[in-house]
Amino acid sequence: MTEPLLSVQGLEKHFPVTKGLLQRQVGAVKAVDGVSFDVRKGETLGLVGESGCGKTTTGRLITRLIEPTGGKVIFEGHDITHMSQGKIRPLRRDMQMIFQDPYSSLNPRHTVGAIVGAPFKIQGVHTEQGVKKAVQDILALVGLNPEHYNRYPHEFSGGQRQRIGIARTLALKPKLIIADEPVSALDVSIQAQVVNLLEDLQNELDLTYLVIAHDLSVVRHISDRVAVMYLGKIVELADRKGLYESPMHPYTNALLSAVPIPDPKGKAGRERIRLQGDVPSPLNPPPACRFHTRCWKAQEICKTEEPPLLQLAPGHQVACHFPENAPALAEPEVAAQT
Amino acid sequence: MTAPLDVSGEETKATPEAVLSGVGGPKAIQGRSLGQIAWMRLKKDKVALTGAGVVIFLVLVAIFAPLIVSWFGHPPNEFHQEMIDTMTMRPKGGSGISGDFLFGVEPQNGRDLFSRVVYGARISLLIAFFATLISVLIGTVMGVVAGYFGGWVDTIISRLMDIFLAFPILVFALALVGVLGQFETQLGVKGDSLRILLLIFVIGFFNWGYIARIIRGQTLSLREREFVDAARSLGARGPYILFREILPNLIAPILIYATLLVPANVLFEAALSFLGVGIQPPTATWGAMLSAATKYYTVPHFMIFPGMAIFITVLAFNLFGDGLRDALDPKSSR
Repeated sequence: MTEPLLSVQGLEKHFPVTKGLLQRQVGAVKAVDGVSFDVRKGETLGLVGESGCGKTTTGRLITRLIEPTGGKVIFEGHDITHMSQGKIRPLRRDMQMIFQDPYSSLNPRHTVGAIVGAPFKIQGVHTEQGVKKAVQDILALVGLNPEHYNRYPHEFSGGQRQRIGIARTLALKPKLIIADEPVSALDVSIQAQVVNLLEDLQNELDLTYLVIAHDLSVVRHISDRVAVMYLGKIVELADRKGLYESPMHPYTNALLSAVPIPDPKGKAGRERIRLQGDVPSPLNPPPACRFHTRCWKAQEICKTEEPPLLQLAPGHQVACHFPENAPALAEPEVAAQT
Repeated sequence: MTAPLDVSGEETKATPEAVLSGVGGPKAIQGRSLGQIAWMRLKKDKVALTGAGVVIFLVLVAIFAPLIVSWFGHPPNEFHQEMIDTMTMRPKGGSGISGDFLFGVEPQNGRDLFSRVVYGARISLLIAFFATLISVLIGTVMGVVAGYFGGWVDTIISRLMDIFLAFPILVFALALVGVLGQFETQLGVKGDSLRILLLIFVIGFFNWGYIARIIRGQTLSLREREFVDAARSLGARGPYILFREILPNLIAPILIYATLLVPANVLFEAALSFLGVGIQPPTATWGAMLSAATKYYTVPHFMIFPGMAIFITVLAFNLFGDGLRDALDPKSSR
């Protein structure tokens, strides 16, 4: 196994909560609390979880849009966790971000040419046939008319705008693209187009993706491996097949059971798991296993001892004391090795 | 978005969507900036266009005041005692309006009212424009800095804004102009130029609070937009983000509030001149003319013409500013 392109180790982000005139810190929102995963070259890692679980914060920590509180981010062997913005600048060419809202991620006062050409300008990259030619090539690559170079973002539809955003991230030919909810602001029909575009580009340009999403079907379509987050922690990390066909963590099970099935007759074949209550506040997360307040399998140990993220099957890590679908302990591991 | 119901064929052609679908024929594809769209919208607003026309007219009058006066009037400070009834000190025939004196003459010394109103436009607009320029410059810089950097910088600038907004400007201006007016030799300028500079400074310096507040708010919301994050994730530095990403989005509010600040400054200058701390006689200003006219309320034209001049100027700028705000409506410039 080669060295991973991106390695995240115990990443933490605590937003301080201050009170009063003197800005006394009275607590912290533990948005991301010890997240670890690797992204291998050429793969797509999906990061799913419900609203407020820290997915987006994780993406922003990796691109250093916000400063991590703890842990490590290692990109191509460089520890970029606390690297100065000046030093990280050249590395940004290889790590780009696609944003969620195509209406807010493009400056309304700039032409498409200026938006897609901005990476060249900011990074001081010179192209052989000029920036305009390079920009038009990229526009063609993402399926836009290169003649739209002089148009403004408000003249485009949501899907086209997202393509412009993707074109901007591709400008410098990055190795890793972090896509923060790349399709959640789009129509379902447009979602498919954009997801397919992302896949085509991956094959064509040898890209590595970290896709952050809450839509399980989108993640299933695009990802090679999937990480499930709950309240700032990863609860399960597995390859796509393993996760969707034999989820081990009760939370993953509940999530998957909430995906609507398009066939009305197929409803009977599955039981919908309804979780009780709300997600606890990250300001004061439950001790030990964070899911125990809503878990139907929770026992005393779940409230006292935090389950570590263990590999229970090949390539399938889960943090739970009572995993489902788990191969009987010990034996299957041996079987896998032989 | 707020399309009128009676959209005629010509107007539909002007919408960007129509351009997108290629109604314009095989010509080269040309994008329309938000500025061009605003201009198209403004062109349909007859009231705003009238306001803009009057504003342009007033500016031209101010610039070419000597020419206009040499054609249609008499020098503004020239006495015409022959026009005055020596018994009552009023103009002969009530107002003295004639082909020779378009707006009549002043009581007592018989100066040409038309020339004085025309020359008054110079002072009023000069002071209002430059004072606005100072307010806008200070306000934009302060607002952008406060909004973009936040934290203690924001706290300090915001409190400073509060202080300036709470300041009794008129009283302070009265005192300051009165005191500084004594230091002609030390300041190196004197007479009207000193007074004009003082008024520009005082009016401009104490009015930046409003505009800074608006700009700060806009910057706060722009800073959180994803295109700023996008620029940062590309490695853009602070100045790039401020000047290339944020400032272009602030041009609309800056323009709008500048146009609405000009009439306020015209009024402020008139008020100061009315109270006698503005430009000193015999130089003609609208405020000083109104002030002088209060003694001759039986000669109404003396009050009506400078009053109308102020009224029309303020109204025209306000109508134009309102139209500009509608045309640059932030809701339609998502």
